[in-house]
Amino acid sequence: MPIQYYIFLCLTLFSIGVVGVLTRRNAIIVFMCIELMLNAVNLLLVAFSKMYHGAALQVSPASTAGIDAQIFVFFIMVVAAAEVSVGLAIIVMMFRNTHSVDINFLNRLKN
Amino acid sequence: MNTLEILFYALSAFAVVSAVMVLVSKNPIHSVLCLILVFFAISGHYILLNAQFLAIVNIIVYAGAIMVLFLFVIMLMNIKLDSEPQKKMIIKFIGVLSGGSLLTLLVALVKQTSQLQGKQVLMKEGTIGLIHPLGKALFTDYVLPFEISSVLFLSAMVGAVIIGKK
Repeated sequence: MPIQYYIFLCLTLFSIGVVGVLTRRNAIIVFMCIELMLNAVNLLLVAFSKMYHGAALQVSPASTAGIDAQIFVFFIMVVAAAEVSVGLAIIVMMFRNTHSVDINFLNRLKN
Repeated sequence: MNTLEILFYALSAFAVVSAVMVLVSKNPIHSVLCLILVFFAISGHYILLNAQFLAIVNIIVYAGAIMVLFLFVIMLMNIKLDSEPQKKMIIKFIGVLSGGSLLTLLVALVKQTSQLQGKQVLMKEGTIGLIHPLGKALFTDYVLPFEISSVLFLSAMVGAVIIGKK
């Protein structure tokens, strides 16, 4: 499978996430779109890792080139889990203060 | 067209359609369920690439833990459907236009790049996605980031508890 197909798929998913962040006002949906963008990047990292692994296998059959990208994906998932727990706590606190999850209410820093 | 290509196109179409459904559905619960479908499609892609460890971790961590957290928060808030605010039509149009321009620009750039021409992705072969090589790399070369990530989890837990108690 050519690498371009994977790049196009991941770009499509990433752009859908960008459009979601720009067009929705519900804070939870915006947060979910950020997760979607993270997943698109993860898939692209794994595809590139397999691309370099395939090229390295033709040089030496025992090569483990490309394993770093999969470790990076693992750490991205770790950081995303920590980020979601803190972010949802912030959204719950915001809901308790304003009784809404509308991100347009969060403009106190503007003034 | 062999089986791999059919699976690739089917999973890609499934992922993109579910991702669009995340955006267009009015009910936040439906958005969460569609996002779980996207994560399952991406896990299918990982299995096609023989990254079995990441496929399982993606299902357990994302579809299992993170999305359940989202569902719990939505159910705790008990948001009314008709009270969900909508952006103005012009803002939505500008948002879709900006996202589409970003996609067009990046696709055009990738199409021109000569370094990517003819590069193939290794499908269903190669052993680097299995648990044995990944675990070996994680506990020899990457043992320090692994330990630091446990500190990160601890600080995230403390932060969530402190923010939630206010």
